[in-house]
Amino acid sequence: MAVVTMSQALNMALHEEMARDERVFLIGEDIKDSTYGITKGLWDTYGHKRVIGTPISEAAIAGAVLGAASVGLRPVAEFMYMTFMMCAMDQVVNQAAKSKYMFGGKAVLPIVYRTMAGAGRANAAQHTQSLEAWFAHVPGLKIVMPTTPYDAKGLLKTSIRDDNPVIFIENKVQYATTRGEVPSTDYTIPFGQAAIRRAGTDVTIVALQRMNEIALEAADELAEIGIEAEVIDPRTIVPLDLDSIVKSVRKTHRVVIVHEAHERVGFGAELVAQIVQHAFDYLDAPPIRVANPNVPTPFNRTLEELSIPSAAQVVQAVRGLMR
Amino acid sequence: MATIVSPIEPAIAPSLGTAPGALDRHDLTDRDLIDVYRTMLRIRRFEERVKDLFLEARLYGSVHLYIGEEAVATAACKAIGDGDVISSTHRGHGHCIAMGLETGPMMAELMGKVTGYNHGKGGSMHIASLDHGMLGANGIVGAGIPISTGAALGFWIQERPNVALCFFGDGAANQGAFHEGINFAAGLKLPVVFICENNGYAQFQSVKQDLPIEHVATRAISYGIPGVIVQGEDVLDVYGAVKEAVRRARAGDGPTLIEAKTYRFEGHFLGDPEPYRTRAEVAAARATRDPLKLFGAQLQELGVATAEDLQAIHVQIDDEMERAIEFGESSPEPPASVLLTDIFTGADEHGRAS
Ligand SMILES: Cc1ncc(C[n+]2csc(CCOP(=O)(O)OP(=O)(O)O)c2C)c(N)n1
Ligand SMILES: [Mg+2]
Repeated sequence: MAVVTMSQALNMALHEEMARDERVFLIGEDIKDSTYGITKGLWDTYGHKRVIGTPISEAAIAGAVLGAASVGLRPVAEFMYMTFMMCAMDQVVNQAAKSKYMFGGKAVLPIVYRTMAGAGRANAAQHTQSLEAWFAHVPGLKIVMPTTPYDAKGLLKTSIRDDNPVIFIENKVQYATTRGEVPSTDYTIPFGQAAIRRAGTDVTIVALQRMNEIALEAADELAEIGIEAEVIDPRTIVPLDLDSIVKSVRKTHRVVIVHEAHERVGFGAELVAQIVQHAFDYLDAPPIRVANPNVPTPFNRTLEELSIPSAAQVVQAVRGLMR
Repeated sequence: MATIVSPIEPAIAPSLGTAPGALDRHDLTDRDLIDVYRTMLRIRRFEERVKDLFLEARLYGSVHLYIGEEAVATAACKAIGDGDVISSTHRGHGHCIAMGLETGPMMAELMGKVTGYNHGKGGSMHIASLDHGMLGANGIVGAGIPISTGAALGFWIQERPNVALCFFGDGAANQGAFHEGINFAAGLKLPVVFICENNGYAQFQSVKQDLPIEHVATRAISYGIPGVIVQGEDVLDVYGAVKEAVRRARAGDGPTLIEAKTYRFEGHFLGDPEPYRTRAEVAAARATRDPLKLFGAQLQELGVATAEDLQAIHVQIDDEMERAIEFGESSPEPPASVLLTDIFTGADEHGRAS
């Protein structure tokens, strides 16, 4: 099995799915030259009718994939940064997410909206937003957030084969730096199945993507002082594998949720509510969130770093719970 | 019988600038002309030094250079005055300098320092100085169009004699905000001048791929406003067109859409490998469309400055840049405490003064 980067794993998934199903096509800005290499080489292989570069018109992209899906295609749209989806919200939220329901269940809309979130590259306030909670709030959208290259490939394939609109969120910092073994064979990973990244007995840490990496770092540090953390990666937040999380919390009696989005009304708030509802009697301490403070991302890189959860903060939060 | 209202080759409103060949200095005095040269050079050298610093890892972030396009911002901002405002783009350093922002605090902002215009919180893509009428660079393509329209709306409501200039790229002309903003401004005849800096590319995509018509200015027809094309490297041509558009705007005649044909000499951002164009194409533009070289020659032709005069300005500007860098590098980092400030005016959500 080859060790590849996150970008390469995503590229493999797109390649394989386009080869497998000729209804799959890609659309987005600058996807021919591919800013982050995800769509690299696909235009050369599949041509201009399957890799469609658009003007800077996010609303058009978001709506066009809905229209194309309505007539039998399986589009994969790319928004280079999640922040640009704000220019396309009507088409995603009012149109794609709701059409099936509004049409009495008749529409089948196999759409993937791929996009990139997260801070850590000094891109300042507009290019760093993690808005998964906005989309999770809207019925009709599935939300996928892969943590490892292996998962990225398998989950992107599942997203493309799913018959519903899927928001597929990638983490910018992980593209080049997160590596892992990825088979060149065909495989998929079902939605709604969390992965236990590390088994433990003393505390449950729930985190996705780069924050999962940080949680694992924190878990190593905690192990040195005799605290065994169980680190759970939900992999998809809609649908959510609540069972695995609740099961873990019932075992460890403590939970910390780590995410890069702002704390207020972030996805962590939903998790806390669910955990309290389903594992209240098992909790030895209140569930804790370690998240971005409720401020836009500052440009200055020291401030930016302070605005994103760190392993040290997670360790501190866990130690606070253990007292 | 159907009436065809959309000819395939729509007429463009004639350029309000001068015919090629004749040098028209408009109402610009010798001193103004020298000032224009100095501003263009200040932008050029600022950008060149920013590039050096970036490559030496003395500055970071997402940085888009304005080299090659200096004449557009300089001429346009020369055509406005006190109380007037501009909106800018991700490629905003030139607009800032043309509006009179100082290079020291600009450099500091690009370095994320507390002495920067945004106290290090914005960086290159969000640099702003409301005191200078500079309503902000922008990370969102096309976002400035409704914003400058809104500033013009404010002037219209307040019956102030001011105008707003809106800079945006060829790529931005394909955003929904372009249509909504200009259509709205045209409907109310708001005092705003839309200046499209058509530099041939939107990131890696050639304007030829993105724009099904040859000129962005043609779109003015659909808003019932004048559409004007100018050569973006010809600072006097740009000045003439913007001056006239500003006059119309102040007179209550509404917006104008000016398209400046220009070229960016550097990559889309610092670090761009530029796979989408040839070195020869860039070299040709540098040789024939360098606004600074062209204007330097024009100044000498007009007898306004000698080569030695211009050389003296170069020395001054180089010195200014060294001082700007020195200012930026010697300035302190923002303290950690400011991470949580500036969210609201007045008390924050916890009732604490911010
Ligand atoms: C809404 C939105 N979509 C995409 C981008 C990414 N992006 C940044 S600059 C740019 C190209 C802009 O081209 P143009 O308007 O011609 O300005 P130029 O860079 O040529 O000055 C793109 C696509 C963005 N910043 N905002
Ligand atoms: Mg452009």
